Amino acid sequence: MLEVKVNKLLSSAEGQLELDLDFKCQAGEFLVISGESGAGKTSLLRMIAGLMNPDSGNIISNQEPWFGHKTNIKPQQRNCGLVFQQYALFPNMTVEGNLRYALKKSQADSIIEELLDIMEIKGLRNQKPNQLSGGQQQRVALARTLVQKPKLLLLDEPLSALDRSMRIRLQEYLKKVHQQFELTTIMVTHDPSEALRLADRIIEIEKGNITKDGKPTEVFGNKSLSGKFQFTGAVVDIQEEELLCIASVLVGNQLIKVVISDSEQKNLRIGDEVIVASKAFNPIIKKI
Amino acid sequence: MNWSPIILSLELALVTTILLFVVSVPLANWLAETKSRIKPIIESIISLPLVLPPTVLGFYLLVAFSPNNTFGNWLQETIGIQLLFSFPGLVLASMIYSLPFMVQPIQSGLASLSLNMKESSYVLGQSKFKTLTHVLLPNIKPSILTALVLSFAHTMGEFGVVLMIGGNIPGVTKVASIAIYDEVESLNYAAAHQYALVLLLLSFGILVTVYSLNKRINLTGNHA
Repeated sequence: MLEVKVNKLLSSAEGQLELDLDFKCQAGEFLVISGESGAGKTSLLRMIAGLMNPDSGNIISNQEPWFGHKTNIKPQQRNCGLVFQQYALFPNMTVEGNLRYALKKSQADSIIEELLDIMEIKGLRNQKPNQLSGGQQQRVALARTLVQKPKLLLLDEPLSALDRSMRIRLQEYLKKVHQQFELTTIMVTHDPSEALRLADRIIEIEKGNITKDGKPTEVFGNKSLSGKFQFTGAVVDIQEEELLCIASVLVGNQLIKVVISDSEQKNLRIGDEVIVASKAFNPIIKKI
Repeated sequence: MNWSPIILSLELALVTTILLFVVSVPLANWLAETKSRIKPIIESIISLPLVLPPTVLGFYLLVAFSPNNTFGNWLQETIGIQLLFSFPGLVLASMIYSLPFMVQPIQSGLASLSLNMKESSYVLGQSKFKTLTHVLLPNIKPSILTALVLSFAHTMGEFGVVLMIGGNIPGVTKVASIAIYDEVESLNYAAAHQYALVLLLLSFGILVTVYSLNKRINLTGNHA
């Protein structure tokens, strides 16, 4: 179990932000941290990994204090894995070299073959990172992180640089390793569909504080909806007609036009993630 | 033609470059990652030889190394090194004189690397030293090459500092640039021409090698 209670004053371009977070993460849990950019999500991961020091607080992993009043364990000794958005592979080493670099002294290297196999990157073992696609690089980064068999896996928007279909494939890999390596995983994302697909639990952070904490359906599901099915999508266009407004929402590869009211329009901006829900009475079905 | 000044110059440049590299890597690494308030001061001290006349540096070193004062005396009495008019003295002076040429390219190379690269290595459990030697330095090869060559070439061409603290002792401190000056003074233009031509060809050859090597490193994509 991971216990985090941290306080830190962050200064950014938009001014100062006080990060004040307190939560526990159960062993084996897949926890998603969501929130606007600049809410302090990445800083939280960096503090857990030991790359940034909280001003005060405690970080305790399985009864072992990582950070506290007088303790501050180095990142090298925390035995947690961290995957960055920009992969951070070492360009001077091959794929296999990147994985070997992560081996502990006297660790058997059979894990390398196992991971190359699981992530389906065996054929790429002698390539350099700059010869790989984004999706391949991220699989290598994930494999490299797992070499030391960490108990805790931290993912900082690992899929946000990838296109949608690649993202969905990589989500399957994440699910697979989370179960197979019995990991506790904390992932930062601002893609609700990703959060819904992967998370056991979602914590939403706004301006440095936890605003929501619960199961995915509790956090994203709006209880006033009686919809029987729903999709998440992104608003790509809002058109004002004479009497009404039409929002174009991209769900997967489909563009859906939805009539919205004036008050709804005020709250929506292009680029917002939304849920498109339908009540049971209006769908039409057609045999194909 | 007497080759000993040329050989001495090459020896001095080689020893200086190797020692300077060992000193400069930790220094450049510290400068690239520090947020200390004294950083501008340290950077200024390192860059001073770029703007200061070599004779000024040579003069201060002459005073410092002189057995007539405490430091020079301590060096000679306790450690047993005489730095004035000697090869070790030339090496030390050249290291100070060429310091910015070694530190600056390495520092800017290290600073250009993504912070995530270093941090990944730490989180993977690897020490700072291993990260530096296995990840950071191999990814700034062109910067290292530039630093090595500039320091070597700069030391080859050094004149003022050497003249101040080395003097003109054949086989000990009489380097090629001094030899040219010496020959011209004695109106022996033929010998001066020979030394000058050798230095010119050497410098040109070194630079051509660097630029072609750098092109190859960039093409093979070793540089991030």
